[in-house]
Amino acid sequence: MPNKKIIEGLQAEFNDALEVSNDGSYDILTIEKGQLHALCENLKKDGFNYLANLTAVDYEDRFEVVYHIHSVPENRKIAVKTIIDYGNPEVSTVIDIWRTADWQEREVYDLLGIKFAGHPNLIRILLPYDYEAHPLRKDFKLK
Amino acid sequence: MLQTENITVNIGPQHPSTHGGLHVEAIFNGEIIVDSTVHLGYVHRSVEKIAETRTYPQFVPYTSRLDYLASQLPTLAYCQAVEKMIGAEIPERAEYIRVIMAELSRIASHMLAIGSIAIDLGATTGLIYTFRDRERIMDMFEMTSGQRLITSYMRIGGISDDLPPEFFPAVNSFIEDIPKMIKEYEDLLVGNEIMQARLKGVGVISAEDAINYGVSGPNLRATGVAYDIRKAEPYGIYDRFDFDIPTRKNGDSWDRFILRIEEIKESSEIIDQALKDLPQGEIMGKVRRVIRPEAGKEVYHRIESAKGELGFYIVSDGSDKPYRLHVRAPSFINLMILPQISKGEKLQDIIANIATLDPVLGECDR
Repeated sequence: MPNKKIIEGLQAEFNDALEVSNDGSYDILTIEKGQLHALCENLKKDGFNYLANLTAVDYEDRFEVVYHIHSVPENRKIAVKTIIDYGNPEVSTVIDIWRTADWQEREVYDLLGIKFAGHPNLIRILLPYDYEAHPLRKDFKLK
Repeated sequence: MLQTENITVNIGPQHPSTHGGLHVEAIFNGEIIVDSTVHLGYVHRSVEKIAETRTYPQFVPYTSRLDYLASQLPTLAYCQAVEKMIGAEIPERAEYIRVIMAELSRIASHMLAIGSIAIDLGATTGLIYTFRDRERIMDMFEMTSGQRLITSYMRIGGISDDLPPEFFPAVNSFIEDIPKMIKEYEDLLVGNEIMQARLKGVGVISAEDAINYGVSGPNLRATGVAYDIRKAEPYGIYDRFDFDIPTRKNGDSWDRFILRIEEIKESSEIIDQALKDLPQGEIMGKVRRVIRPEAGKEVYHRIESAKGELGFYIVSDGSDKPYRLHVRAPSFINLMILPQISKGEKLQDIIANIATLDPVLGECDR
């Protein structure tokens, strides 16, 4: 299983910043927020050329940003997660690694209010441009 | 004194060629597109927030309303995602019927795509022919689920109703007639000089750009990448069927158009095989009435929908409602490349590009 070798290499490089788990379908790499961009660059070099899905979850005390990344030529897959503070929801963009992050990051910003540092055009995408709330946050109650 | 000046033209949101509420703001220098911006959200319902307030089975009808042109596919993706979370077993008969319905939906969606490419370019007849044929699929859906468009036919654990006897002659004669229908499309549209002139070399996507921009489905395969989730990561019982992944080389509007016709043939092959192997038996597995996946359980399940990679990311907190549900919508992500491929082309080319990217806005805006 080639994923195993890649993960071993990443563990040697990122040490304590990286935690590895498996949910039965994806190997999950949980990385410290500061190292996210470096980890993603490494994954791209290892052949993970297709960022299939990027989203985030509000856990009320923290946000988790989730990346499902695939390799089209080698048909491999991996998931990356990073945990960010509720008070300062900001994480580095990956748009320079996978262009498809553009709208997906804008959507996460729009609906959950997470900022992606370095994104060239971080504006709302689904809701009106002058809307004020982030409706997928748990403190946004439906009336 | 003579001088030129760029003008801004709003294409949509109220325009038949935008396939729903799509709004493209394009800046022109004469007839040439200098730049364009896509504005979305005109049909945003926030289904992801609604999902958090509905139980797992209650959310099934909402998924049908995502890609309403191929409504069996998002429903299938959602049901399989929940089944993965709870480890449900699906009866064989239900699995085969799901494949038949999913592929009929794909054919319906591709027929509509071919027809709407034609009408967007001014060839009204093309739309009439494909609508005539698609109607037969709508009739089959009505027989089985009582609904033509928004079927909500899949259930968590199986399907809602068994196939009625009148379904079999209808589907068999439909499969038999497919070569004849395709011949007609070929004579009418593929051999048409105007279609060729309007689509060839327009909106070219390279294989590398396609993957980088996350383009999936027929739009990706038109660039020469043989990536189909039915083969790459088979879900359900797709590993039992023998079919090809058609690809093209140039990645232009023409290839995206032709590829959909070729995919109709492959889908009809799959339906044919599924009908031959269709076993007798139950149509619903043993699933609890109240579904509570384990707390902390999460799943990302993806299928090959008619438009591309359709994924459901669901997180459970142990209650009977999803804690978080995210839809990875292929129409949304495929549209991202539109400004890039339309730059330097003419107004009529952006219409062709929208049509051949084949977005459905219900799924795009969610």
